[in-house]
Amino acid sequence: MTKLYSFHGGVHPPSNKSQSTRTPIALAALPGKLVIPFHQHVGNIAKPLVKKGDRVLKGQLIGAPEDAVSSAIHASTSGTIAEIGMQIVAHASGLPDLCVTLIPDGKDEWINHQGMDYRSADESDIRLALRMAGVVGLGGAVFPSDLKLRVGKRKIKTLILNGAECEPYISCDDMLMRERAEEIVRGAEVIRHVLDAEQVLIGIEDNKPQAIAAMQRAASTSHDKMEVITIPTIYPGGGAKQLIRVLTGIEVAAGVRSTEKGVQCFNVATAQSVYRAVQFGEPLLSRIVTVAGNVTHPQNFEALIGTPLNELLALAGVLPDTDHYIMGGPMMGVVLPGATVSVVKSTNCVIAASDNLFPPPPAAMPCIRCTRCADVCPAELQPQDLYWFAKAKEFGKAQEYNLFDCIECGACSYVCPSHIPLVQYYRFAKSEIWARESEKNAADSARERFEFRSHRIEREKQERAEKLAVKEKAALAAKQPVVADMTQAAAPAADTNRITPDPIQEKIQAAIDRAKLQAVMVNPRNTVQLTAQQQAEIAEIEARRARIREHAQSEVEHHPKE
Amino acid sequence: MSAFFSPFISKSESVAQIMLKVLIALIPGIALYVWCFGPAILISIALASITALATETVMLKLRKRPVAPFLKDNSALLTAWLLALSIPPLAPWWLVVVGTAFSIAIAKQLYGGLGSNPFNPAMIGYAVLIISFPVQMTQWLAPHGLGQSELSFVEQLGYIFSSVLPDGIKLDAVTMATPLDTLKTQLHLAHPVEKILTQPIFGYLAGKGSEIVAFGFLLGGLYLLAVRIISWHLPVAFLSTLFIVAGIFHLADPAHYVAPLFHLLSGAAILGAFFILTDPISSPTTPTGKLIFAAGAGLLTYLIRVFGGFPDGVAFATLLMNICVPLIDTYTQPKVFGKKDKKSGGNGSPT
Repeated sequence: MTKLYSFHGGVHPPSNKSQSTRTPIALAALPGKLVIPFHQHVGNIAKPLVKKGDRVLKGQLIGAPEDAVSSAIHASTSGTIAEIGMQIVAHASGLPDLCVTLIPDGKDEWINHQGMDYRSADESDIRLALRMAGVVGLGGAVFPSDLKLRVGKRKIKTLILNGAECEPYISCDDMLMRERAEEIVRGAEVIRHVLDAEQVLIGIEDNKPQAIAAMQRAASTSHDKMEVITIPTIYPGGGAKQLIRVLTGIEVAAGVRSTEKGVQCFNVATAQSVYRAVQFGEPLLSRIVTVAGNVTHPQNFEALIGTPLNELLALAGVLPDTDHYIMGGPMMGVVLPGATVSVVKSTNCVIAASDNLFPPPPAAMPCIRCTRCADVCPAELQPQDLYWFAKAKEFGKAQEYNLFDCIECGACSYVCPSHIPLVQYYRFAKSEIWARESEKNAADSARERFEFRSHRIEREKQERAEKLAVKEKAALAAKQPVVADMTQAAAPAADTNRITPDPIQEKIQAAIDRAKLQAVMVNPRNTVQLTAQQQAEIAEIEARRARIREHAQSEVEHHPKE
Repeated sequence: MSAFFSPFISKSESVAQIMLKVLIALIPGIALYVWCFGPAILISIALASITALATETVMLKLRKRPVAPFLKDNSALLTAWLLALSIPPLAPWWLVVVGTAFSIAIAKQLYGGLGSNPFNPAMIGYAVLIISFPVQMTQWLAPHGLGQSELSFVEQLGYIFSSVLPDGIKLDAVTMATPLDTLKTQLHLAHPVEKILTQPIFGYLAGKGSEIVAFGFLLGGLYLLAVRIISWHLPVAFLSTLFIVAGIFHLADPAHYVAPLFHLLSGAAILGAFFILTDPISSPTTPTGKLIFAAGAGLLTYLIRVFGGFPDGVAFATLLMNICVPLIDTYTQPKVFGKKDKKSGGNGSPT
């Protein structure tokens, strides 16, 4: 029996998972149209490869990955491209993004595809195959999986498969493990092979006994050192850092990659799609989506990427008093701009919500410093202090108190007796800091450009003057060829001029160096050397900023002098 | 429309419910108080409660704040009860009213109301009263069977509101100094501790009656620990420091320094440990900070009791430590996840 560790804090919200696990995963019917965004992953948006009117086959590449951090987008079924344009996507911002509208022809005709023998294949070929198959993290992070398979200097000791699924309502991983355990284990073998990890640990919360049993059966067929570990049910035990801590005792600090500690972590559904991509050459065309909440038949669907959510909701029997939709769980999910948006790779769960299901929180009271938030914070922060700093816009202090270690799990807000939307304050503070940072960077580069330009003008002036001097001397020499020794005397003087650094140039260079040094010194902590994932978060949060500000403003107005 | 941002669910225990549980936890102590000293304390509690709610209402209106949610949060009632329990039950009505009004208006609302007071409001009220009205603040009711006479409930009511005692009864006949006060005075007269404790005012471990009331507050305090409204850090650090310091002095010179258990069960030690120091607003937030804060309060309580000019030290010790809270919090920030130390962050594996 593996020794388990615990992490600080955590909460036990009602799980509400059993409602959607009564029936097996249902295959959602082929919808009348699919809307597939080109940007469903962390990193750069995929480059469109098709145009209006094109006929595409199932699995055909329609968006190519751009640059290192990106992923491919495919046609989920065969049909005709009806449109390429901006449409509202499944994102909290409610902003439109570039999408392709695909009208299925009903034939579901596959493009030619074939798998590979991963044991004999080159590792870079496996990574390329996953990149071109559009395999990204299906736990919600949608980080390109091929990038997570790059082995750094540090040897990977442990591969962790995340089957914890700690968020209430969500049961897509649970059902996948029950029904497709074999494929998950085969996928884990591929990943372990590429990473050359010594062991595979599969962490599943103890509220999923059927999934645990199925995974244990499947894992026992593996020749790899693979162990299914039952972990206590506690939110956010499924957070990657928390799961790594529980299974290995290792704490991966904010801003540190788990691979630096010899651990890599994949979601179970990602492992399954790695298997499909490598074994059969199948791109990621569908995923399991839990439809729950205010519906008559909560259940899991296997839905094609691009399926409009309202088709799934109709299949689950959405109730009339539903007034909004949440993607993800009730702890970290986001309110969708509507049910017309389509399933994307990060859509693990859709909750039909109403005021009955999620009653509006009572008006916020002042913080009484009870520290229940600190008691439950898995990052071991002092949320009551961060709240205070965020509210007072003391962003420097907030960073000093490790604001950027906050994983926004919502445990603090969940237990706050004053019903303060704490996480919202942290999102606000983070986005403000990022905004200031990018403004500062813009100003810095503007200043640098200006200084460089002044420097260049100065240099050109000097060069012109030198040229002029040489010309004049040449003219002088031509006029008076007899005094040749004079020009000879002048030449070395000009040479020394060139060698000795010009005092003006020196000063300019010194100023530039100073400015650069200053820029490095005043860089706020945690915002330098952002990972691609963090940059994507920045973009996402910046898009939400306007609304967040509004919200915070109304909060402040509610208690003007607090 | 529900909340627009996650989390969309919450565990529904409100500030009002927390405060209510603290009020409930005071009931065993109050019940034993009534049993040992008569019902006069209930009059003080009622007076203080009415004053607190009225003052809170006026102040909220003056500050242009919504009145209903803050009146319903039970925090004013808690301040009122704690102050009432710190004032002699037979004190004139205006003493209770002045103290409570000061607590709520000055110590709480002028600092910004709920959540913003740096000092424990009830202890501020107590400090103002004991400095301004030392005579009235030291005339404590004698426990049952000890006073030369005993007053009925109606007679107590009459005295509180009109300062009139029944014919033939003098105030000295129904009141006396507290056990801590008695001990201090007698020690000044150079009586040894052993002899002093044989006087009828003392009971088994501490003051007669008051030691029983202390057990009532201890019971309520344990309830608060059990329902996790308070953390163990504050009562444990406070009581153990008081015990250890008192124990050291007692061991060194038992004739002049009373046994540590006497200190724990006297005055406001138990009430302070579980109900006063534990006011979250005016105490530190970090676990280490809580230990330092409460240990400091325990030490100061002993020093004030034994070497200071006041009979009890809990109130002043609390206020003095309240001053230090921002400093304590700043210097006791716990290390966060993954940043505890370079080694364990690198590898927490036991093998």
